[in-house]
Amino acid sequence: MSDNRISVAKTYKLYVDGKFPRSESGRTYPVTDSKGTFLANAAHASRKDVRDAVVAARKAFGGWSGATAYNRGQVLYRVAEMMEGRREQFVAEVAASEGLPSRKAQSVVDAAVDRWVWYAGWTDKIATVLGAANPVAGPYFSFTVPEPTGVVGVLAPQESSLLGLVSVVAPVLATGCTAVVVSSAERPLPAITLSEVLATSDVPAGVVNVLTGRAGELGPWLASHGDVNAIDPTGAGPVGRVEIAREAAGTVKRVLAVPEDEPDWTQRPDIARLRRYLEPKTVWHPMGV
Amino acid sequence: MATPTLPAELSDATSDERSLRRFLHGLPGVDQVGVEQRAASLGTRSIKKGAKLQAIDTAISMVDLTTLEGADTHGKVRALAAKARRPDPERPDTPRVAAVCVYPDLVATAVESLAGTDIGVASVATAFPSGRSSREVKLADVALAVRSGATEVDMVIDRGAFLEGRYGRVFDEIQAVKAACGDAHLKVILETGELATYDNVRRASWLALLAGGDFIKTSTGKVSPAATLPVTHVMLQAVRDWYTATGELRGVKPAGGIRTTKDAIRYLVAVHEVAGPDWLTPSLFRFGASSLLNDLLLQRRTQLDGHYSGPDYVTVD
Repeated sequence: MSDNRISVAKTYKLYVDGKFPRSESGRTYPVTDSKGTFLANAAHASRKDVRDAVVAARKAFGGWSGATAYNRGQVLYRVAEMMEGRREQFVAEVAASEGLPSRKAQSVVDAAVDRWVWYAGWTDKIATVLGAANPVAGPYFSFTVPEPTGVVGVLAPQESSLLGLVSVVAPVLATGCTAVVVSSAERPLPAITLSEVLATSDVPAGVVNVLTGRAGELGPWLASHGDVNAIDPTGAGPVGRVEIAREAAGTVKRVLAVPEDEPDWTQRPDIARLRRYLEPKTVWHPMGV
Repeated sequence: MATPTLPAELSDATSDERSLRRFLHGLPGVDQVGVEQRAASLGTRSIKKGAKLQAIDTAISMVDLTTLEGADTHGKVRALAAKARRPDPERPDTPRVAAVCVYPDLVATAVESLAGTDIGVASVATAFPSGRSSREVKLADVALAVRSGATEVDMVIDRGAFLEGRYGRVFDEIQAVKAACGDAHLKVILETGELATYDNVRRASWLALLAGGDFIKTSTGKVSPAATLPVTHVMLQAVRDWYTATGELRGVKPAGGIRTTKDAIRYLVAVHEVAGPDWLTPSLFRFGASSLLNDLLLQRRTQLDGHYSGPDYVTVD
């Protein structure tokens, strides 16, 4: 009986504004594992999905950036808990997508959850590290506080489908920015599962929007968009990155400097990504008033 | 006081209350499913590239830039007037809007700020938005607006009287306001959200046209639902049929709830298909809106620049 059962092939959708819509274009593409076996269909996002996602991210920015750092940390920690709950699924998807043996995939998933927790911990500490009480020559208190940059376009790594993805998305959220993420094109399943995790944890709608599709197609639209404040070109590749930088120049976006090749994501990160998504604000306050 | 050009069946309808009722109740009923389906199917029409840019410019030129808040100040009206003169200062070829719409006590400020342009000043009047006051107060409201220099007056009908079936009272009131308007154009707000049925919308539209309204307007914007596509279809049918019967062109103004360029283009398609291309002009079709203009400007920039724009590039209002 069970031998004859027809498997349920899934057609996944995008994650925009807390909902799971189809691509505006109606396009989908087949996702295969590392050996070419069919896994599922994924939505093939178009530039209009980018447009909708940016609107959602902008709408969510006020609430997320205005939340207290402590609250953001709690929400992100909750995401890590939910990821832990989906551990088996993540392991299976990472193993299939990246062609890793199960044991190796387990350690990747563990590292991804740990990475998320690491960034969750930074939410209420980063202001102390990057902010300052400035010594000035005059009767003023002068403070510098880091503030979130705004909407960040993230082209996620093409190779590392979960650990790489978490390493580029978590710092955006930790600073209080909101994200429009273009997942790995060939290996989107862990990103889709992460969006299901985000939808069921306490992350407000629109704070993260996950589009599955081609970074080469969507990247330039994100880079030239007037309402995107920063862009991480990691997944664009060496050639695409040049175009991203050129398109981003028209609106003076923050473009994250990334290495030529994908880095070893298992290495412990520093706060460079957090720093890139924060803008220093300096306040001069008269003394004795 | 029917105009002499009216054909006999229309001038007879206004002779007394009973004939008016007979005429309005004799209008054919609206096919609710049909009009909603037609509105929805016309809404799916795809307008792209050059046609979209033209539609955006047409829509901008039809906007009645509106501020109707209790917190309105003279400064806000002046800022609005500046925006009406030059909606997108970085692109001087952007068309001007049709009019600025304010409360009667702010008309003088708007007139002063728009001096030297062909932008109209519209004023709501007659105890807007509820219309619940005496005839004297309503006419005094209109007089204030007209005396201050309003070129267009947006009146509200007495929905209570209309729903009670006292059509004569509504008719007389519109005529009295029309007389008080003088040279100013009269837009009659039906407040379709309170009329309950499409049949009532059709009756109210004809009542307003018979009484001499130059425009029929869907809503005050203070009641939900405000303007919807099917309601606008019914009203466009009324002005089209009025033109067929009398040869006079009257206008339609949907107001309230139209916020995006997509919505606006759907309305333009409806105007073209239901009333006809003659109505695609600011003298016969207007949008009552405040936030719509910003979205139109953003979409216009997107079309011209080839990349998406953001709300940081237009004024906050």
